[in-house]
Order: sequence, then structure tokens, then C-alpha cells
Amino acid sequence: MNFLSLFVLIPVLMMLGLFVSNSRKQIQFITATGASLLLILSGIITYMYLTERAAGNVAEMLFTADTIWYAPFNIHYSVGVDGISVAMLILSSIIVFTGVFASWKIDPLPKEFFLWYSLLSIGVYGFFISTDLFTMFMYYEIALIPMYLLIGIWGTGRKEYSAMKLTLMLMGGSALLLVGILGIYYTSGATSMNLLEIAKMKIPLTAQYYFFPLTFLGFGVLGALFPFHTWSPDGHASAPTAVSMLHAGVLMKLGGYGCFRVAMYLMPQAAHEMAWFFLILTGISVVYGAFAAIHQTDLKYINAYSSVSHCGLVLFAILMMNETAATGAILQMLSHGLMTALFFALIGMIYGRTHTRLITEMGGLMKVLPFLGVSYVIAGLASLGLPGLSGFVAEMAIFVGSFQHTDTFHRVMTIIACMSIVITAVYILRVVGKILFGAIQDAHHEHLTDATWFERISVVTLIIAIVAIGSAPFWISGMIHESVIPVISQLAK
Amino acid sequence: MDYSSFLQMHEEFSLLAAMVSLLIYDIFAGEKALKYFQPVALVLLTAHTILNCFPRDAFDIAGGMFHYVPMQTYVKSILNIGTIIVLLQAHKFLNEDANRIKRGEFYFLTLSTLLGMYFMISSGNFLMFFIGLETASIPMATLVAFDKYNRKSAEAGAKYILSAVFASSISVFGMSLIYGSTGTLYFTDLATLITGTPLQIMAFVFFSVGLFFKISLVPFHLWTPDVYEGSQTNITSYLSVISKGAAVFVLFTLLIKVFGNLVHQWQPILYGLAVVSITVANVFAIRQQNLKRFLAFSSISQAGYILLAIISGSAMGMASLVYYVLVYMFSNLAAFGVISVIEERTGKVRMDDYNGLYQTNPRLSFVMMLALFSLAGIPPFAGFFSKFFVFSAAAAQGYYVLVFIALLNTIVSLYYYLLVIKAMFLNKSENPIENIKSDFPVKISLVICTLGILLIGLFSTIYNQIAVLSFGM
Repeated sequence: MNFLSLFVLIPVLMMLGLFVSNSRKQIQFITATGASLLLILSGIITYMYLTERAAGNVAEMLFTADTIWYAPFNIHYSVGVDGISVAMLILSSIIVFTGVFASWKIDPLPKEFFLWYSLLSIGVYGFFISTDLFTMFMYYEIALIPMYLLIGIWGTGRKEYSAMKLTLMLMGGSALLLVGILGIYYTSGATSMNLLEIAKMKIPLTAQYYFFPLTFLGFGVLGALFPFHTWSPDGHASAPTAVSMLHAGVLMKLGGYGCFRVAMYLMPQAAHEMAWFFLILTGISVVYGAFAAIHQTDLKYINAYSSVSHCGLVLFAILMMNETAATGAILQMLSHGLMTALFFALIGMIYGRTHTRLITEMGGLMKVLPFLGVSYVIAGLASLGLPGLSGFVAEMAIFVGSFQHTDTFHRVMTIIACMSIVITAVYILRVVGKILFGAIQDAHHEHLTDATWFERISVVTLIIAIVAIGSAPFWISGMIHESVIPVISQLAK
Repeated sequence: MDYSSFLQMHEEFSLLAAMVSLLIYDIFAGEKALKYFQPVALVLLTAHTILNCFPRDAFDIAGGMFHYVPMQTYVKSILNIGTIIVLLQAHKFLNEDANRIKRGEFYFLTLSTLLGMYFMISSGNFLMFFIGLETASIPMATLVAFDKYNRKSAEAGAKYILSAVFASSISVFGMSLIYGSTGTLYFTDLATLITGTPLQIMAFVFFSVGLFFKISLVPFHLWTPDVYEGSQTNITSYLSVISKGAAVFVLFTLLIKVFGNLVHQWQPILYGLAVVSITVANVFAIRQQNLKRFLAFSSISQAGYILLAIISGSAMGMASLVYYVLVYMFSNLAAFGVISVIEERTGKVRMDDYNGLYQTNPRLSFVMMLALFSLAGIPPFAGFFSKFFVFSAAAAQGYYVLVFIALLNTIVSLYYYLLVIKAMFLNKSENPIENIKSDFPVKISLVICTLGILLIGLFSTIYNQIAVLSFGM
């Protein structure tokens, strides 16, 4: 048993523990312990990964393990990580950890909530550690289904509609994906579904033309690719806090990761031929998401549309197919994951106090909720790309990388995408100004209490991570850059 | 003639012995001894299952009339396990005062249909096949009409027998054409003699109607919802799983063994049937309020998915098919188990009645949810694996478009499965179903099903065993 599998095993044990627990204390103990263990584990993995690389190990994936699972279909349970997956594991662990504290007092049915929450995290972790197409797809689907119940039972607003819409649209994406995966496997002639092995095979060009769009769209739906992004605003707005955090923070990254790792890595020729089409779609995502965010008055909708814009930027950068932009894309996944989780956590905390999320009904909250207010400002600044915070590093790399293309099409697209920075500033500053400063709108808001200790844990952890990436990005961008090279060189062939 | 070779039919003889001894027990035992009728019956059947779950070498009896291949042992074992689960779930129903007197008949009839399916599976000749088919159908009709004073049940029985007989007669007509054009009914001879003349193609089409009816593919499905709704729930589950499971396996072996030369004719036929079955059934399932009708349509669409394994005609297809049937059995029986418990205690079978079920009956709703997720093909439950393998078998032969259509349909099916889950978990109700204490046998059956749903996917041993013995064109 490979120790990477611990990432899946710990949530499984959490589920078993929750199954037999019967008081809120026990539930809190189990989830907090499990989430902390996962956080520590991701730290250990990062350390081990960096020492291994420093020692001169140049294998594409480290810590690999391979067990035959379904021999007749050549399905293996194979795990392994490179810099990109390690970065994603860190992100997932931070968000799972903070999500637990953000939903410390979840009501009703805390036990069931955390059972589904753990299942969701199994899917997320499993996806990032596996290198086998089947296992990847399986974990991807595991991550989808708990969403229905999590949103449907614990959500707010039009929760049943949103839950159904989200589940069905993402299932639709996975349907496209499954055809893509089967096509990749059978046309490549590989003898296992392992990514690295299929990458060595050459998939016939005609097959690539069919299966690349399917796979890319399949993952793209989860990455909120226009016009399949509509599940995201509704879903994120209706979901309970921790689920919005995990979903916008990590699950949407499954889409970008998959597009990069599976679609483009395995079918480079088709990726080259078809990139222009998807570039236009992602360009629309970026700009449209930002404009849509301006028009919203519900805090969660604002943040959900801003996620569409930022995740669009991830796919946009991937499609630029050079090292700088791709590194930027992975950094953007990381940075957006952290700051959107912070946003959703803060919105959940504010909503828990004011019982409204409409910005028209709030104002002057900085006076009564100084901690939450300052944190909201930090999240906002990270989101609009203030140097020193993570957003700047990522967006800088993306736009510099994209502009390296010398042809008009790419340059025009880059300039259009750059506009989103300005629009982001508009909606962020508008919200901050409206809800945090000025006069208090509602007399009830004068007696609100500031964040509790468990809320502070959640918020502070996220802020530390954002600042750490923003002020010292070298070690993590170095790690990502190394691992981006194999994919990019595959694309350059 | 050497009759001793007949003794090789272990499965059939052991089942027959169990049946006959149960019948004698039921007739001659006194009131006191009859108290133990059901436990004894279940122990006998369990022993029968365990004794006969080891594959043997292939053999022929009576010049090829009866043809055994090791794979059949697995199929028969699946049917055995399914029957035991159904009987466990029917335990309470048969212990009621009104039904106690008919208990022996219930067991005898159920096991007769099972015996019929055994012969159908192991047949090496169309006559043998037909005898098996009829032995399986006629007692089935009696079972459907078991609750004869219930109008719906009686109506369902009549509907079933009339359409079954009609389908069989068309099937026999097809066989007669086959005999007319080739002069033999033995499968081994037919494999070379069927060359694809127009008469033979017509014969194939007529013949296969009988099996399509059993599997209830669109457009041969019209009896399914009414019969499922009308008959007692345990019979419905038997009908939807066991009877269907046997028929799909037989269809597969006949297509590759007998009609192998017609592969270019039957593949498009199955293609069309699969698309129509899955789509039509899904569209109709969305509107159903009665859960038994709902599962009837769901089972039609599941049959459509199974066709994806058959259409490939490969060894991989057969393994996927048998595995699919196994998983489908556990999932469907779990769902029907919950429905039957609730229907028996409260008489409620409508989806609205299930509102807020989780509040009062968390365990039953949990099992139901697992079953529905497994039917919808959601990991990590077994249904995901079986669906993946079926799709994979079809994709290996290049049927990407078919796989794509089927996958789009899984989204529709997820929608209606989620409707039930929504009713149980999300909806609130003024007067939810009160807490039900299910009896011990039902609990066992649900535990077996749950374990099946959770484990046979994650542990690959069972699939690998099946794959070793499977064969294709």
C-alpha cells in the first residue's frame, strides 16, 4: 500500500468514524482530527517531493504504485504525483480543513453532512493522486454525487432546483468524458489505462479529432467553460458554506487539471488544431463572468460569477500551450481556490449574522465586524490581483505567457482577457465599499458579534496561504514549472 | 441408451429434489411441523446454491439436447441467490393468515420457473429451449395472479399469460421456419447451416420476439408496467430480475452460437432496439408516480443497457453481461425489498408517500438510496462498474455513438432516480410513513443486497472469475 493512498484512506476512516458517532462533540472531534491529519499529510508530501527532486530524481511521477484491479480491462489502481498534483493536494487539504471549521455548527443533521462531505473529499483527493484514466474518472464521479444531497438538504434559496441542475449538468459532462476516455484507450492501442503509458502511444489523428473535443468539453463543464457554466452560479449560491468552498475552491479545479492532464497531454495534435475554438469560448467565460458579476446583488452570486471568470482564465492559459502560461494556470487554480474559498467562508459567516446576502441591505459592517471586514478586504484585494497576494503572481504569469505568442489572434485574445482585471476591480471595490463602509443600513446589524474562534481558524489559515503564495511564490512555482514541462514538450511535438 | 449420463445434470436434479421434497412436506406435514416450512425451504435452497456454485467441465447429454458449459454455473448461481433473496423478502407476506395456506404453492411455482430457466440456459436444441421457456412462463403467470381476489393481480395474470403465449407462439413459428430451411434444431449443426438466406433471417426475427418479450424491450414491453404494478411486489421483483437475467444470457449465447453467421443482420437490429428501449423507457419513467411502475420502466431501460454488452458479441461482452445481471440483481432487489416492506405495512407505493421517509426510516431510505445510485451507475457502488464494463465492451467494437446515446440517457435516468431520493431526503411531509420495524428475513435480504452493492464493485475477484469462463464469437 502506497502512502499516497492515505489521502483516500483517511476520509474513508472519517466516514466510518462518523457512522458510529452519535454526539456533536464526537463528530467535531472526528472531522477536525481527520482534516488536520490530511493537512499535515499534504505538508509531508510536499516536503518529501521537494527533497526527492532536489536529490535529482527526474521521473515524471514520483511515489508511484501500481496494482492490477480489473485485469480483463487492463484497469490498474495506480497512483503517483508530480508538482501539479502536489500543489492541488495542498489546496484540497487547506480547503477541506477550513471547510470543517467553517461548518463547525452545521444544522440540522451534522453527522450526515460530514459523511457526504468526507465522500466529496475522497473524490477530490483520489482524482489528484491517480494516474489511471479509469480510476480518475471514478473519483471524478464520486465527487459529483454528494453535491446533490449537500445542496439539496443544507442549502439555501432555490436549493432543489440548483442541486438538480448542477448534478445533471455535471453528469452530462462526465458522459462526454466517458466516451472520450473509452475512445482514447481503445484507439491508442495501449495495454493499460495508465496516463503515462498512453502518452507514449500515438492516437490516430482522426480519432483525436473526435475525442479531444469530447474530453475537453467533459472536463470543461466542471471548469465552468462557457456556455456550460450555468450550473455554477446557481449551485454555488445555493450550497452551504463549506460545500461552496470545496466546490468552487477545489472541484472546479478538477476540470482544469483534467483538461491539461488528459485532454491536451494525450491528444496534442488535435489540441493544436482546435485550440482556437476553445480559446474563444474561454475568452468569453473570462469577460462575460466578470461583467455578469457586476450586475449581481447577491454576494454569493457575485463570487460565483467571479469564479466563472477566474476559472475561465485557467482554461485560457492552458490553451496557450507554453510553459509560462501553463505554470500561471496552475498557480491560478491554487490562488483562485484559496481566495474563492475565503470569500465563500466570509460570505457564509456574514450571512449567518445578517441573514441577508443582498448588498443593498448591508452597509457599515466594518464597524461591527472588524475581523470579518478586514478579511473580506484582503480576499478582495487578492482577487483583483494586488502584488504580494497570490492572485497577482498567477495572473502575471498567465498574461506574460499568453503574450509570448506573436500572432494577432493570440494577442487580441490576451488583451481581451486582460480587460477582466479592470472589471474585477470594479465589482470587488463596489461590494467592499457598499457593505463594509458607510452607514449601517439595518438597526439589527449594530449588535452583531465578530467571528468566533473556529471561524477565525478557518479564515486565518486561508489568509496565511494566500499571503504565502503571493509573497514567496518561487518554491511552489518552481515545483509546478518542472512538472508542466513534460506536457508542454508533448504539445510542442 | 445410457441414462447414467443424465446424472450429470447436478443443478437440475438438486433443484428438483428440493422442490419435490418441499411439496411433499407441505402436503403431508401437520400444522405444527409446518411452522418450520419456510426456514427449511430456505436452508434447502441455500444448500442447493452452495453445492452447485462450482463450475465443471463442459458436457453434452442426449446427443446435444442438453449442453453444459461452465459459465452456466455462474448464471444459475446468480439466479439462485436472487431467488433466495426474493423468498426472504416474501417471508412475511407468506406468513399472513390469508396466504399461509398457499405457501407451498408459492415455493413450488417459483422453483418451477427457476427449473425452466435452468433448462432454457442449458439447452442445446430449440425444442429443449422451448420446453424451458414454457416451464418458466406458465407458472410465472400463476404467480402473477397469485393474489387472485385482488382485481389488479388477476388482470395482470391474464395480461401476462396472453402476451406470453402470443410471444411464444411467434417464437415457435420462427423455429419451424428454421427447421424447414435447415432440417435440424440442434444448435451445433445450425451454426454452420444458417447462412443468411432471406427465410432464415425471417425465422430469426420471428424467433427472437419470444426472447425480446421476456427481456421486455421496447416495443415488446407494453405488458411490463401493468404486470409489475398488478402483481404482488415480491413476484414483481422476481420477474424483473431472475426472469430477465436468464433471458438475456440465453439471448447472448444463441446469437453467438446459432446465429453467428447473421451477425451483420442482428447487430443493427439490436442497435435500434437498445436505443429505443433506453430512450422510450426513460421518457416514460419520468412521469411515473407509482414506484412499481417507475421501476418497471427503469428495468426496461436497464435491459437496453444490457443489449450494449450483447451487441459486442465478444467474450468481454459476455463477462460484462453476466456481471451486469449480478449487480442489477442486487440493486433492483434492494429497491424492491424496501418498496415491498413499506407497501405491506402501509399500503403506500406512490412517490409522494415517500416524502420525508428519511426522518422516520433512516435505514430503509439509506438502502433505497444505495440501490438507486447503483442503478443510476454512480461510483463507488457496483452499478458504476457494471455500466462502465458494458459501455467498454461496446466501445471496444467501435460503437461509440451508441455508447454516447446510452450515456446521455444515464443523465435522464439519474434525474428520475434523484426524484425518489429527493422525496425521501429533501421533501417534508405532514404525515410521513411511520417507523417500520422490518422482520428478520427482510433485514438479512437487505443486508445481503447492500453488501453486494458496496463490495462487488470495489473487489474485482468476482468479475475476474466470470471473465475467465466467458466466451464470445
